[in-house]
Amino acid sequence: MRGDVPRGSPERIIIQYSESMMQKGTVAQHHKDDREDQKTSGSSVGHTTHVDDNESRPVTGRRAFLAWLGLGTVGVGGFLSVPLVRFALDPLTRAATETSWTDLGPTSDFMETGIPQKRTINITNIDGWRKVVSEKAVYVVKKADNSLAVLSSSCPHLGCSVKWNDDGKQFKCPCHNGAFAADGKLLSGPPPRNLDELETRVTDGRLQVKYQSFRPLVKSKEVLA
Amino acid sequence: MSQNTITELVETQVQTNGKSRKAMNGAKVNGFIGWLDKRTGIRALSHEALDEPIPGGARWAYVFGSGLLYILLSQIITGVFLAMYYVASADHAHTTIEYITKQVTAGAFLRSLHSYGSSAMVVTLLVHLGQTYFFGSYKGRREILWMSGLILFAMVIGMAFTGYLLPWDQKAYFATAVGTNIAGEVPFIGDWIKSLMRGGTEMGTLTLSRFFVAHVFLIPACIFAFVGMHIYLFRKAGSAGPISEDSFEPKQKTEQFFPRQVIMDLVFATIIMATLGLLSYFSPVDLGPKANPSDTQFLPRPEWYYLPIFQWLKYWQGETAVIGIVVIPGIIAALLVVLPFMDRRRERRPWKRPVASFSFAIIFLGLVFLGWQSGDQDKSDPAVAKQLAKQAGETEKFMSAAFQPEVMGSPALTAAPLSPEATKGKKIFADNSCDGCHGESAQGTENGPKLIGVSLKFDHNELIKVLRNPTQKMRDGNMDPVEVSDEEMTYLTAFLESLK
Repeated sequence: MRGDVPRGSPERIIIQYSESMMQKGTVAQHHKDDREDQKTSGSSVGHTTHVDDNESRPVTGRRAFLAWLGLGTVGVGGFLSVPLVRFALDPLTRAATETSWTDLGPTSDFMETGIPQKRTINITNIDGWRKVVSEKAVYVVKKADNSLAVLSSSCPHLGCSVKWNDDGKQFKCPCHNGAFAADGKLLSGPPPRNLDELETRVTDGRLQVKYQSFRPLVKSKEVLA
Repeated sequence: MSQNTITELVETQVQTNGKSRKAMNGAKVNGFIGWLDKRTGIRALSHEALDEPIPGGARWAYVFGSGLLYILLSQIITGVFLAMYYVASADHAHTTIEYITKQVTAGAFLRSLHSYGSSAMVVTLLVHLGQTYFFGSYKGRREILWMSGLILFAMVIGMAFTGYLLPWDQKAYFATAVGTNIAGEVPFIGDWIKSLMRGGTEMGTLTLSRFFVAHVFLIPACIFAFVGMHIYLFRKAGSAGPISEDSFEPKQKTEQFFPRQVIMDLVFATIIMATLGLLSYFSPVDLGPKANPSDTQFLPRPEWYYLPIFQWLKYWQGETAVIGIVVIPGIIAALLVVLPFMDRRRERRPWKRPVASFSFAIIFLGLVFLGWQSGDQDKSDPAVAKQLAKQAGETEKFMSAAFQPEVMGSPALTAAPLSPEATKGKKIFADNSCDGCHGESAQGTENGPKLIGVSLKFDHNELIKVLRNPTQKMRDGNMDPVEVSDEEMTYLTAFLESLK
């Protein structure tokens, strides 16, 4: 009857159980008896897994059943945990910063004068369910070839705000006296590089900038998230 | 036979005959489980868990108790995950739930699973309780088991009540306002209880914090304790068996819990979870617009399982309210608690217990009728129906709108507009690169402290003095003297003093 059913499979266990039930009548008188019975029925078909240094127990059918149950639970649990895992990992799939273009006004506003023009822009960070708005200052400068560039006012040394000094015709950092030329080139002081130039574009004659932060204290310009 | 002997034996077998691979595997499992059992006592534990005798044998009728355990497990898991995004504050609660519902992957699904799970909990609990009552399973040796179950029932109702407020949408807010008002009707201490629940006389963010703590810490801790106690008492008293079984000394032949009852329980749990999963997936629960306490039109309607009570209370207004709210429910609760002591007869068959069965039927049908009547009245009153339809429309509109994050700015961006002097001062603040270290809005950075509230630290003259001539500590932190005209200094201090 059980010859073609693999040992340990659910069908086999049910067969085993029904056989042991039949042997002792449909319902056991007491579970102690039940155990004895099962042991007999188990050993009578030559199971080797009954060896036990404690009290003997009906382990084969139960153990295999529990193994299948465990596997089933792992399977079903794995299936059910898919939404939980996706839910927990959701923030990893989202970009922290919304890098978008900020309008600075018509390009003509900046073409007339050679002096760097300060503009304050609002940048937005998406922080989970919050949108955090902060103000950043940028300078619009005219380069030698008459094109416009936008410089971040954050000093590449330690992040203090540099300020245009009209008398000295240079950008000065108030913290450690870093000095930069009108086009942002490093002149003197501790900063490791020129003022950071931001990405710009001109749409319908209006200058737009994409604000980004860069790592301070390093020679190269590395974008911070 | 010792473990070593087995291993030796097996090894000998392997050496002597090639087909012993199976035997070796078997012995290995045995060896591992044997070792695990020595360390953990896992065999005795599984024996204890699985060999529970069930008088009269396994039955589908017995699946509800373990079904409740599975739902509880699901509620715990989904609840913990929801708490990853939820913030219990009147400012943010609604936004965070909106975020979960509209933005987070699988968020609507998990929230629905938790919400539908609460309904499943109440339904299954009512079946479990009703069955215990109707089949006389509370009788005989099971008095304390019955009472611990009643306490668990009250706790689950408390979980449903406290959890309902947490999304902080219109219906949550107003349903809880009604619920706490009902508590206020209790004689003598009603107002005090109401204030205790609300954290003040009015509903507000403190109410939400309290409900959150009750829902997430207090009641769950009690539920864990009482579920443990309930299961222990159940095993101690033993399974009740069929209605033909004696309630004091079970006599019928027993069948072990394992395997048939285990399988039945698992099948039932699978059906519940599959139903909840399908419901959550195809019909996720919605979220209404954020609570607006000044809305005087809103008609609160509780969750469906509270509707009979809601309707019941309509009959007890004014002076008589105390009878409907305290006296009658109190009497019913007290009767339920003392039931196993009042009813010591061994008879369990419902048709031989006319008083018990009849009162059960009356209360059950009464609740069904009240629930139906509540819905019917809402439909037949045109004004009410119109308002409820309007509310449903608002909810639908809110659900279809895109998620709006909460906008947070630095203080200056969100604060009231500055005075003309302070506006000039802000420009001076920026022109002198004060913002470089103190931040664009003087909120402070890693290079300099925040200046918000600086006027509390220095009065007007002191402020000018430290600006013109910073202290040594300030100089050490790279603060330079502020070199501006007296007029500019007036504006600058006006700006600094406006920072509160």
